[in-house]
Amino acid sequence: MRTVYNFLTQTRNHYGLTRSDIATYIYLSLGTLVMAGPLVWLVLSSFKPQSQLVRFPPTLLPYQQQTVTVAGYEEPLELFNVTMDDGTVHQLAQVSRVGLEARMVDPAAPETIYKVKLDQRQPIESLNFGFDNYTRGVEAFDFWKYFRNTLGVTVFATILTLLVNSMAAFGLSKYQFKGRNLIFIIIISTLMIPLSVILIPVFLVISEVGWSNNLLGVIVPAAATPTGVFLLRQYMLTIPDELLDSARIDGASEWRIYWQIVLPLAGPALAVLAIFSVMWRWNDFLWPLIVLSRNDLFTLQVGLNSFQGEFNTQWDLVLAMTVLTLLPVTIAFAFLQRYITTGIATTGMK
Amino acid sequence: MASVPVTKSSTAYRRRRPDWLTDVLDWIMHPVELIFVPIQRRFGTQKMAWFFVLPNLIIFAIFIMLPMLLNFYYAFTGSTNFFPQDRPFVGTSNFTTLLTCENFLQPVTCEQDIFWRAVWNTGVYVFFEVGGIVVISLITAVALNQRIKARGFFRSIFFYPVLLSPVVVALIWKWILQRDGVLNAIIVALGGERVPFLLNSEWARIWVIVVSIWAQMGFYTLILLAGLQAIPPEYYEAAQIDGASHRNTFRYITLPLLMPTMLVVLVLSLIRAVQVFDQSFALTGGGPGTATTYIVQYIYNTGFTSSSRQAGLAAAASVILAAVLMILTLTQLRLGRRTEENS
Repeated sequence: MRTVYNFLTQTRNHYGLTRSDIATYIYLSLGTLVMAGPLVWLVLSSFKPQSQLVRFPPTLLPYQQQTVTVAGYEEPLELFNVTMDDGTVHQLAQVSRVGLEARMVDPAAPETIYKVKLDQRQPIESLNFGFDNYTRGVEAFDFWKYFRNTLGVTVFATILTLLVNSMAAFGLSKYQFKGRNLIFIIIISTLMIPLSVILIPVFLVISEVGWSNNLLGVIVPAAATPTGVFLLRQYMLTIPDELLDSARIDGASEWRIYWQIVLPLAGPALAVLAIFSVMWRWNDFLWPLIVLSRNDLFTLQVGLNSFQGEFNTQWDLVLAMTVLTLLPVTIAFAFLQRYITTGIATTGMK
Repeated sequence: MASVPVTKSSTAYRRRRPDWLTDVLDWIMHPVELIFVPIQRRFGTQKMAWFFVLPNLIIFAIFIMLPMLLNFYYAFTGSTNFFPQDRPFVGTSNFTTLLTCENFLQPVTCEQDIFWRAVWNTGVYVFFEVGGIVVISLITAVALNQRIKARGFFRSIFFYPVLLSPVVVALIWKWILQRDGVLNAIIVALGGERVPFLLNSEWARIWVIVVSIWAQMGFYTLILLAGLQAIPPEYYEAAQIDGASHRNTFRYITLPLLMPTMLVVLVLSLIRAVQVFDQSFALTGGGPGTATTYIVQYIYNTGFTSSSRQAGLAAAASVILAAVLMILTLTQLRLGRRTEENS
């Protein structure tokens, strides 16, 4: 208790390894285990063949039983270490299993068939990071189709979001007109009305527009994000009006001012919004779940969720597909980590 | 004089931007100019604000404002018909159906017992999830704010799950929690009995909370960390000169100065927790029974999946949920203003 308190109450002004430093490291290491452990376990498991996945207790690393091709047999046979009756240990390949006995042969001399009790043999296994689950999963799950859908939705929705939101933010920050504040307040007030609250009528509107079972129904509706308008407007307010006025004197149209002066200057805010938009769309679940009911239009998230329902026992495929689904986000995080974390820390949005 | 900054800043920007990007942008944006210039000549500079605001406003009006109004219409009309013109007006009967209860503490006595179960489930969930997030995020943020090695590494580790989708998070944990999963293997290795974590009501409730905290705490940790780093170091120096103990420094400097950030974390996590859906939906599907059915899932089930789609009931439930969220957000704004005035 005392160490916990010291740890919580210490400041940065000390040198050397104090007791609270040790407590910090212990806490962070345990935390790392809890936070990263499940992910490591997922990745390791995704390489295991089905026979390994159903084993209890599970092994940490993915193993595969060694096989050997024996003359006279078409399929490769599984290798075992067999303790013979006289106590010697031989490597034998299993031909077939009948009840509690296995019929086995010596790969070097396949003529003789030995009858071995099941508890006499030990499978020979080796570490194996095979992509078998992945290749079979991609086929069974139709990964590339869902990937294309998701990629299309993410890219188009992000471009549309950036364009529409930045235009609105420009209009709301750089012009004086009647109703400006009213529009801004209405947009901001819907920050607190999430989709989950208007599920039923949103579905009605989308089917009336004819966009149910259409990727447009996933792309367009959420493009007018209040968060994006707010973020960009606050940023554009800091751009001095004199810049715009001098461009007007030079004869630039308002449109040219928007995309040649204001847009480039709002670059950092646009980058933050772009990253968030990609994250939102890639991970979006509830909206596509409602709009899309045709299997071939599913996004990765919806597809993955229905895949786990269909193939409840086929963990080998489900795990591999889960890894593939989280891979793009992981790569993006590796490269854009600084932008993502500072973006969240400064805007407080997600 | 005034024209100097234009060229300066735009050329400065152009240098950083790759040429092909500029070309593509020019290529897309230039045609708009051809339509734009005549319009601007006709209506004048100031009116062009509408041109910029309109696209956003149209999408917004059709897909957010209109549904919000329709939601009220649904809430006050009945029958299982989906299209508004086929739905008779029923007054407040949807609300009375939802709110009729002999004893609000016992969902069984309510007309819509699942709704009240969902309400209570959500209440318990919100209490523990938000509590857990605030406490754990604070401890983690303080730990990450120490002078330690590999700070960036630890921060990334704690933050990474935030980026994962609810479905992926649910699958990761389902795999760990299943009957033959690694957690049961550890329990058996330690001499215990296997626990059917997701098939037992109490355990399922606990794990939905734990998994949510696991997936979201990094986000709030980051906000708190930013708050901690914004505290001016002079305060700590002064406290050190005065000989203040660690404990007093934390209590009288760190905590009060971190309060505004703590409030942000509290309210943001509250608003999100009240809407819990996708995580639990993918992890437990609301079960076993109705143990992890929360309000949004009640709305989803009632409106979309049950054999008799009762859109009116679902809409009425969402109006109630919206009211709760509104109160929470207004509280946030209120608290935010007060702390601003104080500082």
